[in-house]
Amino acid sequence: MHVRRRLFLSGGIAFAALAAMPRALLAAAWPDKAFSLTAAGEAMKDLLGTDQTIASDKIMLKVPEIAENGAVVPVTISTSLENVESISIVVKKNPRPLAATFEILPGTLPDIASRIKMGETSDVMAVVKTDHGIYSTAKQVKVTIGGCGG
Amino acid sequence: MASNIKIKAKLSGDIADIKSLMIHPMETGARKDPDTGELVPMHHITQLTFTNNDKPVMVANFSTAVSKNPYFSFKFGGANAGDKLKVSWVDNLGRTDELETVLK
Repeated sequence: MHVRRRLFLSGGIAFAALAAMPRALLAAAWPDKAFSLTAAGEAMKDLLGTDQTIASDKIMLKVPEIAENGAVVPVTISTSLENVESISIVVKKNPRPLAATFEILPGTLPDIASRIKMGETSDVMAVVKTDHGIYSTAKQVKVTIGGCGG
Repeated sequence: MASNIKIKAKLSGDIADIKSLMIHPMETGARKDPDTGELVPMHHITQLTFTNNDKPVMVANFSTAVSKNPYFSFKFGGANAGDKLKVSWVDNLGRTDELETVLK
């Protein structure tokens, strides 16, 4: 009898810990559909409502010209465009082109850097959503050894 | 529990420059285990969230195409020494990790 009660109590504590998880983790939905789509245009339509972007020279996209290791390709994106809401990285030739998307919350600068996997030589596109339009710029990254596994 | 997240936070004026590195296999689900020949199941961070004094400042949504042991850096304004910066992530298997630090 005592053993069963102890087991029940520990289950209750675990549940309480889960319920107390920070709200930020549950707040903005992870765009699972956009991440699963296999065509860049479709992924952008799902995430941003359109695959049409305005080419902009106000987006600074830094990627290597040649990535020897496709598993770790550094990407840095910043922009002087105003009222940026999100920055997304789209790798046209990846099996699933939308690699990542970042919510630029109020007070946060439109300036991010990360590292992505590329399966083969491809254009890498930085897509910047603002309150007055969706802008983009792209650069080709040559990949000698693909990094998507398999 | 020890965190597998490392943060470097630099304050210049009221701009906080945050560099983060987290340990995570970021498996795509397409890689074969070289020993067994079986596909290694997809296991990747889905969402990474930063708050400063409990105010969300960044939400990063990752696919499997973010590199293993993700590196992520960003900047936000309105930051002050003494601010409590918290980073947390969740992955597709429901695992989580978090770290708190104070801006100097």
